[in-house]
Amino acid sequence: MGRRGVDAVGIDVGSRTVEVVAVAAGAVRVRRRAETAFDYLDQVRRMLSDLDFRSALATGYGRHLVAKELGIGAVTEIRAHAAGAAVLRPGARAVLDIGGQDTKAMTLGPGGRVLRFEMNDRCAAGTGRFFEVTAQSLGCPLEDFGALALSGADTVAISSMCTVFAETEVVALRSRGVPAADVARALVASVAGRAAAMLRRVGAAGEVVFTGGVARNRAMAEVLAGVAGLPVWVPPEPDFTGALGAALLAARPRPGKVDPVPPRDEAARNGPPGTRCGEPGG
Amino acid sequence: MGGDYDEMWRGLGLDLPAHERLLELLGGYYREVYLSQADRPRAMAYLDAVMADIHGGRVRELQAARAEGRKVVGTFCVFVPEELVLAAGAACVGLCAGAEVGFAEAERLLPRNTCPLVKSFFGFRLARLCPFMAACDLLVGETTCDGKKKAYELLADLAPTYVMEVPQAKRSADRALFREEVRRLAEALEALTGRRITAEGLARAVRLVNRRRRALQRLARLRGADPAPISGRDALLVNQVAFYDDPERFTGAVEALCDELEARVAAGRGVAPAGTPRLLVAGAPMAVPNWKVPHVVEGAGAVIVGEESCIGERHTRDLVDEAAADLDALLDALVDRYLRIDCACFTPNDDRLDHVVEMVRRTRADGVVHFALQFCQPYAIEAARVRDRLDREGIPMLRIETDYSMEDVDALATRIEAFVETLG
Repeated sequence: MGRRGVDAVGIDVGSRTVEVVAVAAGAVRVRRRAETAFDYLDQVRRMLSDLDFRSALATGYGRHLVAKELGIGAVTEIRAHAAGAAVLRPGARAVLDIGGQDTKAMTLGPGGRVLRFEMNDRCAAGTGRFFEVTAQSLGCPLEDFGALALSGADTVAISSMCTVFAETEVVALRSRGVPAADVARALVASVAGRAAAMLRRVGAAGEVVFTGGVARNRAMAEVLAGVAGLPVWVPPEPDFTGALGAALLAARPRPGKVDPVPPRDEAARNGPPGTRCGEPGG
Repeated sequence: MGGDYDEMWRGLGLDLPAHERLLELLGGYYREVYLSQADRPRAMAYLDAVMADIHGGRVRELQAARAEGRKVVGTFCVFVPEELVLAAGAACVGLCAGAEVGFAEAERLLPRNTCPLVKSFFGFRLARLCPFMAACDLLVGETTCDGKKKAYELLADLAPTYVMEVPQAKRSADRALFREEVRRLAEALEALTGRRITAEGLARAVRLVNRRRRALQRLARLRGADPAPISGRDALLVNQVAFYDDPERFTGAVEALCDELEARVAAGRGVAPAGTPRLLVAGAPMAVPNWKVPHVVEGAGAVIVGEESCIGERHTRDLVDEAAADLDALLDALVDRYLRIDCACFTPNDDRLDHVVEMVRRTRADGVVHFALQFCQPYAIEAARVRDRLDREGIPMLRIETDYSMEDVDALATRIEAFVETLG
């Protein structure tokens, strides 16, 4: 197999998955995802083995190790998601990223520049890991969890954000005969409530671009739009937003600096249009 | 380190094997945070020597003074007037409380969700790891927060403890209360040392402590230069050591450091290139060896140019008026000075907001990292008012709340790096 030449690569080493995005001439050429291995450095090397690139940036919690070992730069997930969202949704002013272990809310200025952000500090409450554990206790595969929650009604509430305590609550609700769909709905509502509070703290107004793996849960976007009172837009491949942002930042002439001119949105043309919740007909 | 101090430490009741491990850990952490820095000022060698001998040399000095009949008084807060302690002929030391040490022992007495600073001084005492605390003839606490206030009641069972009341507002009745508390402390110190506090003795102590404050103010001013002539970590260390070193000798060392920094500034030489993002750290105190946040901030490519903190400018900003002629006037001057402290235990505390903005302007900081210790409600809650004020002034702020553990270092680094990115 021949090697593929691209301009730049973004590598997002998250707690649960690694995503790689390669761009050339402003368009996405390669998207790859794998579950984060314990030795993720070797894994990243394999994921890049057939790519020739001029520049690259690492992001995600493993960014520093990867950057050091590959001799490339690093940016935080916050900046990477902002840069990705700004290109996927030109004019984006607020971003919510819920990944495997972190939740981040940010507001953006022109060109995807981060104005203000909030991040959960030391606990993975209300993140992807929360859904993995609670979906399992409902006996529902993670990929079906969103559909289950969408079919549920608002009959109960989950008060705990702690993954372990929430699991206890789920067991208690099940023993009271509450339908699994309603419990799923309650779990989504509790995470959405927490995310909405974070968005309020950063002063988000107007549409929220929802990124990260948890954005693939369709119920989350819908419930979040209702709880936050803001329209929510989910890009077609929300979990690649960080890697895309890192790739686009790497492709700029000076990857260390924010480009004052909003970048062109060619990258956005590579996938189906995103999904909008929270507006009449949206 | 070690060896020749074992007898002294044993005499002070320390747990020698555990203490040895603590010093090893501390030495390793110091090498990582401090000795790894490039192009440090040469005069920092004094601080390195003090730190290498942290539980040795100064403790031996204090023990020697005690052998001659002097007393040693330990304090936990910038509200306890050091001048009174010195004027009564005693030595004054600030007590170590910046490490997650002896927490298991401390939690037998204190709730888990107690501020790490309070937990730490109990931990050091109960685990028998602090020679300073053990060398004290009296511990002077104060009522600056509920956690400390109630903790001193428990501490009194373990060591001779005196508590002075600090008011929570600054009206005339509060001033009268604090004036009475200063007089009461003076009496207690006289009873401890058997020496009267005279006008001459107090005036001498005021001048001595003011000299140290002026030296630290000079250091603070020099940090306004771009490139910054000294790292935030080093400057924090200087402010930390100010609490337990001999004031005379320490002041000389700071002046020597400032002479060197002045030459650096004149030569345009700095610890980071000109244009490096500059941050002010504001909020709760960072006691030795709590260097976590500065280490992360400066590891993220920024340089810290000021500490709006008790271990920082809250300790050094205000001088005591030296013009006072008699003892009563000197005590009034002390009260005036100490009630200018803008601790978050006061309500309202608007002076602090002005001081944060003034420091940002003077140090030419690009943003503020607001630091609260976990479970420290005064600073954690006041952060919202600081944020409002800084928003109005157009100054970016990152709010963090953390403790002495290392488990959140990666998450802190992400937030601090992202904050630095927003300044770029």
